[in-house]
Amino acid sequence: MNRVSVALCVLIVVGGAFLLAALNLGTAAGSPLHVPPYVVSLVGKYLCYAILALAVDLVWGFAGILSLGHAAFFAIGGYAMGMYLMRQIGGRGVYGNAVLPDFMVFLNWKELPWYWHGFENPMFASVMVLAVPGVLALLFGWLAFRSRVSGVYLSIITQALTYALLLAFFRNDMGFGGNNGLTDFKEIFSFPLQADATRDGLLVASAIALAASLLLAYGIVTSRFGKVLIAVRDAESRTRFIGYRPEQYKLWVWVLSAVMAGIGGALYVPQVGIINPSEFSPANSIEAVIWVAVGGRGTLVGAVLGAVLVSAGKTWLTGALPEVWLFALGALFIFVTLLLPTGILGALRRRDRAPAPLPAVEPAQ
Amino acid sequence: MTRPHDDTLLYLDNVTVTFDGFRALNALSLVMERGEMRAVIGPNGAGKTTMMDVITGKTRPDQGEVIFGRGTDLTRLDEPDIAALGIGRKFQKPTVFEPHTVWDNFLLALSGDRRPRFTLWARETDEERERIEALLATTRLSELRERRAGDLSHGQKQWLEIGMLLAQDPLLLLVDEPVAGMTDAETAQTAELLREINRSHSVVVVEHDMDFVRALDVKVTVLHEGSVLSEGSIDHVSADPKVIEVYLGR
Repeated sequence: MNRVSVALCVLIVVGGAFLLAALNLGTAAGSPLHVPPYVVSLVGKYLCYAILALAVDLVWGFAGILSLGHAAFFAIGGYAMGMYLMRQIGGRGVYGNAVLPDFMVFLNWKELPWYWHGFENPMFASVMVLAVPGVLALLFGWLAFRSRVSGVYLSIITQALTYALLLAFFRNDMGFGGNNGLTDFKEIFSFPLQADATRDGLLVASAIALAASLLLAYGIVTSRFGKVLIAVRDAESRTRFIGYRPEQYKLWVWVLSAVMAGIGGALYVPQVGIINPSEFSPANSIEAVIWVAVGGRGTLVGAVLGAVLVSAGKTWLTGALPEVWLFALGALFIFVTLLLPTGILGALRRRDRAPAPLPAVEPAQ
Repeated sequence: MTRPHDDTLLYLDNVTVTFDGFRALNALSLVMERGEMRAVIGPNGAGKTTMMDVITGKTRPDQGEVIFGRGTDLTRLDEPDIAALGIGRKFQKPTVFEPHTVWDNFLLALSGDRRPRFTLWARETDEERERIEALLATTRLSELRERRAGDLSHGQKQWLEIGMLLAQDPLLLLVDEPVAGMTDAETAQTAELLREINRSHSVVVVEHDMDFVRALDVKVTVLHEGSVLSEGSIDHVSADPKVIEVYLGR
């Protein structure tokens, strides 16, 4: 982990986002320098994935918690944002109901369920984006870490968690739009979502959120807290005999990671224009783990790199040869596991650092 | 067996631990004085490691009392609580924090606030630096302070781990097979290090190496099948017919 790569990554992410936004707004559609709006949204989407990857790396790379359900926190953050965006539609929906979103009118609901109240307020919705994934993670983590559930067992439970949420959100009577999810958004904070400037703004916001998450994560893993965390990852019972409580450390970083994933999801939804239960599908969480493995587990910057590279590859391949994508992803995972176990960044770093020679001399008698 | 008095540091009475019907400890009783160094020997399966597990809270006994200092019941506490009370443990296989430097290993082991809300903001203080320097000197690792702990030799890892125990500033150190796999020179140095440590700490050493135990020159407890077979000086126990039978009769 070094300062330089983190600084470089922050610079590229934020600088790149501003550059793309400027080229989108400041050039005419025919100009060779023009960046079309779909590229802006696409890059914005990648940056949100990178926030999720960062969240996964924080728990997997530094605390040894392999979460196979992290996309659940991403999706929940997304739903919280989606609920706000739904309420913003107001009377402009297909059914013209000023209070009820279209799907509720369609289901013959007469009034707004209690948990939808407050989401018309952007401040409230923003707090929920952080709070709901955070509280769910707190509850889940408290139970799991206190009972010393770890390793494969924990991974399986996280997978079960996201699968359970997938099934729950598919149900119409949950009140989240069933399998169609939430969509047809009109505006965010009163800015029209279809406008280029709004899309540029969201791209820049995603870049800033990613940069802030990266700096925060870097600050944490290089602090003494982070050193304890790494110790817990590699020798959990030893930390206990020294007097640390690994479950507290894991819970802190787990909740933080969930909140981070939630922020990623909240920025993702307005840029793709829809949130539906498929975001909870286990494959999404596994894909996030692959991003981190490809980029380099425990490197933070690698997670960002992996998320962007693999997602860009996915965009290209699903366009060119749609049926090949899943095979390619599987092959990539096998390739990385066998030949690049420390990921792209790990491989780059190993080249710089010559192995430290062992001392040949015995200490003097 | 006498009740604990003021000079008693550790008091085990009638402690039994059963794993699936196997009695790892069988009505074990043991008393240690403050400032004492005790060597615990015994054949494989005699219950040495289980005894350490019970003292450090890893294993709960089925019955019996485990009292530390003036009446603290260790059977009610878990590992971090017991560590906070002042009992440190070194494992048979050296377990140091491999990706961290020697310096950081000591830093994490230094006694102090262990809560996340403290470590998140903690900065190295001058006092901490001085303590680490002293530990580096004691364990002869000063030159290797920036070295990754994972890159140390086996003997150096053992010392690092003993040093980390000292960093916790415990009242009692439990040291499991400290010289396993060490060269003769390292073994002699380790005996010296433990004697040095014993000047200010109580120590329990579990060891197979009889020469090493002889070099320590302390009271010896021989365990066999989960209970105490014999106790006394090394010459006393090695002359005990029961001990001879257990060690040679197999």
